[in-house]
Amino acid sequence: MIARSIGTGRVTALGTALVLLLAACGGGGASPSPAGEATPATTAPAETPAESPAAPGGAGPNVVFIPKAVNNPYFDAAAEGAQKAAGELGGQFTQIGSNNAIAAEQIPFIQDATTQGYDAIVVSATGADEVAPALRAAMEAGIKVVGYDSSPAEGAYDVFVNQTDFSLIGGAMAQWACDLAPDCSGEIAILSATATATNQNAWIADMEQALQDPQFANLTLVETVYGDDDPQKSTTQAQGLLQKYPNLKVIIAPTTVGILAAAQVVKQAGVSDSVKVTGLGLPNDMKEFVRDGTTPKFGLWSVPDLGYLAYYVAAKLVAGEITGAPGETFTVPGLNNGQPYTIGDKSVVILGPPFEFTPENIDQFNF
Amino acid sequence: MTEQVLVAEPVPAGWPRRAVAAAVRQRELTLVALIVVMGALVALQAPQLLSPSNLTQVSVIASIIGIAAVGQALVVLTRNVDLSVESTIGLVAFVVADVLAVRLLDPPLAMALGVGLGLVLGVVNGILVAGFGVPSIVATLGTLSIYRGIDFLIAGGKQVTLTDLPQGYTAAARATVLGVPLFLAIAVAIIAVFAIVLRQTSFGRQVYAVGSNPEAAAVLGIPARRIVLVVFALCGMLAGVAGVLWGIEFGTINATAATGVVLQVVAAVVVGGVNIFGGSGTVVGAGLGSLFLAFISNALILLRLSQFWLQAIYGLVILIAVAVDAVVTRRLARATSGRRAVAAGGPRR
Repeated sequence: MIARSIGTGRVTALGTALVLLLAACGGGGASPSPAGEATPATTAPAETPAESPAAPGGAGPNVVFIPKAVNNPYFDAAAEGAQKAAGELGGQFTQIGSNNAIAAEQIPFIQDATTQGYDAIVVSATGADEVAPALRAAMEAGIKVVGYDSSPAEGAYDVFVNQTDFSLIGGAMAQWACDLAPDCSGEIAILSATATATNQNAWIADMEQALQDPQFANLTLVETVYGDDDPQKSTTQAQGLLQKYPNLKVIIAPTTVGILAAAQVVKQAGVSDSVKVTGLGLPNDMKEFVRDGTTPKFGLWSVPDLGYLAYYVAAKLVAGEITGAPGETFTVPGLNNGQPYTIGDKSVVILGPPFEFTPENIDQFNF
Repeated sequence: MTEQVLVAEPVPAGWPRRAVAAAVRQRELTLVALIVVMGALVALQAPQLLSPSNLTQVSVIASIIGIAAVGQALVVLTRNVDLSVESTIGLVAFVVADVLAVRLLDPPLAMALGVGLGLVLGVVNGILVAGFGVPSIVATLGTLSIYRGIDFLIAGGKQVTLTDLPQGYTAAARATVLGVPLFLAIAVAIIAVFAIVLRQTSFGRQVYAVGSNPEAAAVLGIPARRIVLVVFALCGMLAGVAGVLWGIEFGTINATAATGVVLQVVAAVVVGGVNIFGGSGTVVGAGLGSLFLAFISNALILLRLSQFWLQAIYGLVILIAVAVDAVVTRRLARATSGRRAVAAGGPRR
């Protein structure tokens, strides 16, 4: 589960964020995909069902997705987007992978995929360095490699599709707190994961920075507490916040476990009218609280869009429209407000700013 | 012969017995005094401590831990320990929540299932310890992992959230009976029942006898193994009750629920004056011990002290409690030295 020895700080944070998401992936609903360990979990022939998978004669590419783990609602949501892209491009979409997010179990899937005649492999790395040799071998075999969600080591991918610009999360959270506090004023508090969580600490630092802006002058950050991404500890800490700060207006939880616990505490205490909860959460966890007004807005990234963009990037690499070199631009229908994406430093493409969930759009999401 | 091997009620002479009773009672009074004094001091700094909603919250946590501590106290009285309680609490909490989430059973039946599951897990512990003679610390260290493993097998990465549970199910955590929080009422009732059972029934005296002097208990024909089996079963059942209440209180349950809680349960028992070497102590003490610990943890939060202190303070409180216990028992042993039977709670092994 731990992202080991990843190249850059940002990517480390990213790996940790994924660990966090994986740990928090909820929703009692059983995943419909089969639990077979070594079999393709999803095979979508898309628009060209007549084509044999071994000899894809359609217009689009034959792409295989290898997430950290299959049967995970988070990756199922990404697969949904990828499938949609495959349909639009007339390509093939297959998803394979292990039940466990362990590098040693992911590597054989990459090696298998290399020999199966796929045009591109899209992978969420369980360990940036561990999976790198297998991915480099795939690239040498002429297969395009796209990282998504969690980056492989540099040089072991053609393009990495990053879910969001992490530097925007702190500012977004400050803005949500401002929107939810009456007249953008009053006491706010943060319920974080562990005190040592790299990404949460970076976001909190960004947020504190953002709060210096004059427009947030009336917001007072009273305390940051840590629920260790444990539902019970997070609950106790959120209850403590309500007791300590009777005038508290907003609890900001930049963790999927924390935001859920805080929303439950606020709702159970019957103070949803005066105390609002926001932060980063999974739409399925938060639907009820969005509807009843406890959490009128919160963020994450649109996971289906992440899969959708990753598939498009793979298709463009296969078609030779892009090579993955920094500075190249391309457009993807329906994303980025129709503006072109630019491949950035280290061949990274950023999906977009954190996505904001509201009562109006929450029902469209299922992850 | 039997006159000289008196166990639970040592020494015909009245005073050492009274001294023991006084020491035990004193521990309970000390705890009550500590809670009151600490409450007053903390309230000066953080008046919210005494707000009804905060008191309810403290009592809810103390009740859950307290119920588990009653079961643990029974086990510790027989010179054993049950380290698996937290896994029992977690497994029961998840199973009950899961069964409710898929609407397999109605809440009352699901809760009964949870208590029954706890009982079964307790019986397994009892069979290992009493039937196969595995030392309890080893047996329950094993089942601590096994029960948690079963929890992971069932739950996987899944969690049950408030939204999945039937409407109003978790409202019980804030319900009251005649102005008393429901959970507290349940805990007090359970403590009262077991206090009476331990004091008034032959089973209760046998529990003390087994823990006080197993050899003598055997000579007296007390069915020690059956007693040990029963206390483990009861401990599991009470952990099951605690697990059901845990699910109601926290709403969100995953496979890691209640991890680390055994520390609080054992601490409550030891702080409550139950002798870790068996034979002396009361369930009332165990209940007060959990109230005391819940107050400390709440006060630390309200005083805005770093929660990083919490673990250290728990440890410190346990050490102080055990040290006091050791001093008291040594004094008592000295006071009764020369007599045939050492007062309950005397040093052994």
